[in-house]
Amino acid sequence: MTTRIYVPGDTTAWSLGADEVETAIVNAITNHGLAAEVVRTGSRGLYWLEPLVEVDSPDGRIGFGPIAPEEVADLFADGKLPTTAHPRSVGIVAEIPFLRDQQRLTFRRAGLIDPLSWSDYQAHGGGEGIRQARESTPQQVIDAVMASGLRGRGGAAFPAGIKWQTVHDTPGDVKYIVCNADEGDSGTFADRLLMESDPFQLIEGMAIAARAVGASQGVIYLRSEYPRTHAVLTTALATAREVGLLGAGAGFDITLFLGAGSYICGEETALLESLEGKRGMVRPKPPLPAREGLHGKPTLVHNVLTLAAATTILADGADQYAGHGLDRSRGTMPFQLGGNVARGGLVEHAFGLTLDALIHDFGGGTRSGRPARAVQVGGPLGAYLPAEQWVTPLAYESYLAIGAMLGHGGVVVFDDTVDMGAQAEFAMQFCAHESCGKCTPCRIGSVRGVELIQQMRRGEEPERHLAVLHELCETLELGSLCALGGLTPMPVRSVINHFPEALHLPAEVISS
Amino acid sequence: MTMTAMPDARRDLGTPAATGTNRVRATIDGIAVDVPEGTSVMRAAREAGVAVPKLCATESLASFGSCRLCLVEIEGRRGMPASCTTPLEPGMVVRTQSPQLARVRRNVMELYISDHPLDCLTCAANGDCELQDMAGVVGLREVRYGYQGANHLDAVADASNPYFTFDPAKCIVCSRCVRACDEIQGTFALTIDGRGFGSVVSAGMDEAFIDSECVSCGACVQACPTATLMEKTVIEHGLPDRVVKTTCAYCGVGCSFRAEMQGNEVVRMVPDMDGGANEGHSCVKGRFAWGYATHKERVLSPMVRERISDPWREVSWDEAFDFAATRLRAIQAEHGRGAIGGISSSRCTNEEVYVVQKMVRAAFANNNIDTCARVCHSPTGYGLKNTFGTSAGTQNFESVAAADVILLIGANPTDAHPVFASRMKRRLREGARLIVADPRRIDLVRSPHVSAAHHLQLQPGTNVALINALAHVVVTEGLVNESFVAERCEAESFQQWRDFIAQPENSPEATAAITGVPAAEVRAAARLYAAGPNSAIYYGLGVTEHSQGSTMVMGIANLAMATGQIGRPGVGVNPLRGQNNVQGSCDMGSFPHELPGYRHIADSTVRGSFESAWNVTLDPEPGFRIPNMFSAAVAGQFRGLYVQGEDIAQSDPDTTHVTRALEALDCLIVQDLFLNETAKYAHVFLPGTSFLEKDGTFTNAERRINRVRPAMPSRTGLAEWEVTCRLATAMGYPMDYPDAAAIMAEIAALTPTFAGVSFERLDRLGSVQWPCTAASPDGTPVMHVDRFVRGEGRFLITRFVPTEERSTRRFPLLLTTGRILSQYNVGTQTRRTGNIAWHPRDVLEIHPSDAELRGVRDGAPLTLASRKGTITLTADITDRVPPGVVYTTFHHPELGANVVTTEYSDWATNCPEYKVTAVEVRPLAVAAPETSASAALEGAGSAT
Repeated sequence: MTTRIYVPGDTTAWSLGADEVETAIVNAITNHGLAAEVVRTGSRGLYWLEPLVEVDSPDGRIGFGPIAPEEVADLFADGKLPTTAHPRSVGIVAEIPFLRDQQRLTFRRAGLIDPLSWSDYQAHGGGEGIRQARESTPQQVIDAVMASGLRGRGGAAFPAGIKWQTVHDTPGDVKYIVCNADEGDSGTFADRLLMESDPFQLIEGMAIAARAVGASQGVIYLRSEYPRTHAVLTTALATAREVGLLGAGAGFDITLFLGAGSYICGEETALLESLEGKRGMVRPKPPLPAREGLHGKPTLVHNVLTLAAATTILADGADQYAGHGLDRSRGTMPFQLGGNVARGGLVEHAFGLTLDALIHDFGGGTRSGRPARAVQVGGPLGAYLPAEQWVTPLAYESYLAIGAMLGHGGVVVFDDTVDMGAQAEFAMQFCAHESCGKCTPCRIGSVRGVELIQQMRRGEEPERHLAVLHELCETLELGSLCALGGLTPMPVRSVINHFPEALHLPAEVISS
Repeated sequence: MTMTAMPDARRDLGTPAATGTNRVRATIDGIAVDVPEGTSVMRAAREAGVAVPKLCATESLASFGSCRLCLVEIEGRRGMPASCTTPLEPGMVVRTQSPQLARVRRNVMELYISDHPLDCLTCAANGDCELQDMAGVVGLREVRYGYQGANHLDAVADASNPYFTFDPAKCIVCSRCVRACDEIQGTFALTIDGRGFGSVVSAGMDEAFIDSECVSCGACVQACPTATLMEKTVIEHGLPDRVVKTTCAYCGVGCSFRAEMQGNEVVRMVPDMDGGANEGHSCVKGRFAWGYATHKERVLSPMVRERISDPWREVSWDEAFDFAATRLRAIQAEHGRGAIGGISSSRCTNEEVYVVQKMVRAAFANNNIDTCARVCHSPTGYGLKNTFGTSAGTQNFESVAAADVILLIGANPTDAHPVFASRMKRRLREGARLIVADPRRIDLVRSPHVSAAHHLQLQPGTNVALINALAHVVVTEGLVNESFVAERCEAESFQQWRDFIAQPENSPEATAAITGVPAAEVRAAARLYAAGPNSAIYYGLGVTEHSQGSTMVMGIANLAMATGQIGRPGVGVNPLRGQNNVQGSCDMGSFPHELPGYRHIADSTVRGSFESAWNVTLDPEPGFRIPNMFSAAVAGQFRGLYVQGEDIAQSDPDTTHVTRALEALDCLIVQDLFLNETAKYAHVFLPGTSFLEKDGTFTNAERRINRVRPAMPSRTGLAEWEVTCRLATAMGYPMDYPDAAAIMAEIAALTPTFAGVSFERLDRLGSVQWPCTAASPDGTPVMHVDRFVRGEGRFLITRFVPTEERSTRRFPLLLTTGRILSQYNVGTQTRRTGNIAWHPRDVLEIHPSDAELRGVRDGAPLTLASRKGTITLTADITDRVPPGVVYTTFHHPELGANVVTTEYSDWATNCPEYKVTAVEVRPLAVAAPETSASAALEGAGSAT
């Protein structure tokens, strides 16, 4: 009986030496004449443990990590497969609290399977969604998505069912499914993790969407910074055609399009411009892409996770999915825990979790051991939350109420050495750096914002500059063409409101 | 309201008019509005008198939504939608004013000004700047950011274009220039380079404007809301104080312009948004190349001389008329009244042309009147009159916007009719299919966002074989529109034509050997054209300037009738006229056999109406055509000639023959702006007026009669029609009119198709397309709608007869000719403007294999010889031309392209066969002299 040894293969593990670890393990197997083989998986998303080597055992997979290539020899020091007795053992992987306490729906197969094995995918429940969809009418599929309460996971949280219905109802000789895989928010990695660990799920989700809205062509718009993802998807798409998930028989096919490195192309209309071969600039809405999208045709544009969630909804049923969460935040959200945190990685959990639980129970507090001071949620355009807000349930509505947002689920922790003034400046800097330059508030306003905040940080007339900054934020929020300029005030205002001293502002100025 | 110091400024509604048929009712600032579906909130508001501030929006461009000044509040909607990009929806309640809107707009403006020079008082756009206007409208009073921050104020200006500057320091990155280049002109020469705060307008690959693909049409300059793109003349002179609406005098598109003046000086020419032909667009010639009008070489005084070897002597007008009339009368006394004649010009107004032909018929008492249209579109007149009944194109320009398939034959619109080409490209970008029939790969075959479905790259001189093959496919593959033919066309002539065209000799397979076009390509093109639904044919001199020019025009008409592609918008047969008033000069009775309105001189009823109006007896016999005049002059029978506004020594074929004829004349009277090549043989020079001094009308290629209004008084002291009238009077036939309007009144009274035309009506409607009659007082945009003018459409047999000019062992290559964008015909005008920057000399395009065979190197001098003569020019090795074909332009007199062209001409109209000359090319060992050795070899190519 050959024992399987699993070595992760996603970009994170790879960057930490997983390939060298694999080579070392293969050598050890050969040298010791062990009855074992190496399987490359994606990643569990327990990044503080990467490279996390897993070994089959009767009780489940035993984990060892993090394992550097030079440490492999020690794993096999006695010429046998390593056991839980090894000092680097983290025990049964599925029972690691970080993983055990999650509610993994979308990431249920991540790190578990060989991402490029169609049979592995099927053996772990893959393919059930499209089977259900093909047995249903398109309207039934849309109804299920509607009933699930799924909202866009890219950040805007628009109800997915309404979008599907609009594309379905808009006449068009050609319709498109466009997957936005231009994951550009700092501190986010869920899209990549899914595509590298379970690519068939995305393809299946797109096939379900195509069936529902009547689309014949799909495009995955992948950021160029993900070369490994590109390789995985290329192979997976070929396999999907071989097994009939895509191709002429399926009436739907997907092309993979590599972006050119612009953050703004993650904005859906700029993404469409880019796909059409034009400069990546934001288009005004209306027309909505659902009515006039790619090449003017009805187009369903969704983030990777939204499309992937369709497989779960169809396979498990809309009620099952909607059973998670609270209010109008249904299902699960993959939070990406990073920054100054002891245990960084992916936490998929129903809405309603608190930051306290996330950063302490899952994350184990700061990595530096110093007290946490601020947490930025929702990427570079999300608010910086002070400790008193860490009890707010992580859900769309409750975050909106405190001037924050979940965005794409990025969670970045800062300890008490952080300079919040620098963070406020960075927000404007980020907008200035990534602005497409089309609309005036974003193009010029972000640069002026940087300059204002720099002056405030130097203590130059902070109160006079604050008045201008407030109006600038208002102009950015209300006047910008897209969410980049529109959301940039969010982190800036959170710093003004919760960390005024960083900008040399007396607290009474803020409260007044 | 937008403030502006510009006189007579047009109200800009911000976004294009909507075409929706449903109406939308809503409320804006409490005002009930009712607009077509698809109308933007901004336009609806402006139509209701509510001017929402704007910078990036202008009604000639699709809405863009970048400046964020036009934000509004809409009940039930979050945030502040941009009014330019938001369509008005039923029941919407819009507010354009609120304290918060005012604050956000002022803040946006504050951001703009924080990166803009504060030199308004010394800025060329001062008083004509939308940024300045909007800063005032939103009440900007301070820039709280200061001016120490990041900025573009040190950006370096680009003055490389001869006519305008680009100053990026003043740019607000609204993209109006980029969008104008894309949407209006269709050249895609401009882009935004960089992103975010680093975004800058860039020509081509960050090149200087002059080195980029910019065609200098001026659309970007016109679109620019600031002084970033600015006419050099405005920088030099300042803003105009008055505006005169007039019509461009270059090509047959006939663009309407606003001549913006300071006193009697032109500050700039701006295309008129209300112009029927151009709707606000222009090309480099009309927009910028008008400086020849005041060029120092213009002759402003009459001059005479006894012999052509004598120096010129400036004289008074009266002395000049006396001198000319005495000589002409003496010739007539000695050699008969038929020994003199006149040539009218397609460059002149209808009124000027009318009085010239009247002078010849009434004062000269013969019909020796011809026009330069002889050498360009005379076959069009002949072919279309005999098939449809009218010597004119069937459509308006706007019609192309409804075409699904465009068949372009022997025309190069992007160079020769650029403003119409932009309309065509816009339609092609929208998805219309294009078939190009041309020996040369013209730009439209493949250019940005345009790609021809078929390029039928035929051998020069084989047009008729190709059109027959296309028709053969239609007839033999069941593609005839039988019901159209049955209802609208002559049964008998159709049946004869059908039998003829179905013969195997006309099949694409049989004609492939003649034309060189693969049969499958011809069949596919024919099917595409027949399928339509709307298929339109546009053609140029590549059709007419052949020995079978008239046959080809009839072949085109046959094809359109057989497929029912005529009589509605989007279809038709459309000659692209070369000169501004070719159509008009033909309409005005410039041909020896036709009185105004294309009525034969032998028709006694028609002739009688003119005889009683003019109080003379007219000769019922047609007079000489231009080639007959030359031959008769060489033979000594024709001895006096009045030539208005045409340089026949340069533009007519077989220069040697032409100059021999001119030398033989006893009295040559030249009326022109400059001492041109023809004037070298003249005894009397009468100074003409430029279009900026003329009062009258031009008729463009779509039969549109446009007003030409004097922007300045005549620089010679007389209107050009007055000169003609005074000469006629001196000849003993008094001609006198109070003004140009009176001439048009006489034309209207005597010409049925012009019956409703008057200056008053033209001034009121802007322009009118003839026929303009009691039945169609507003004119006729599309002709032959319910029936053909001649009644039933008539099919004519178009048997292919090869030209006698063919390649031989001595002259194995075929030369064909054409024009380039920046130059106009023989260059009399354009060579006297900044346009010389683009085309300093004529070149010969030759295929790499032909070049290699002859040892010709790219850019090296070569000789081009035909059996008629030899000229020298520079090699341009390119696969634009197929092997065996060479191509040249004819803009420079040094070249003398017509030294090599032959005496062959159209069988029906004598239109010269400029487009086919058998030639041989040899490399020139030594560098060529500036001009060719023999003065007799000076001349140039086809006129129009």
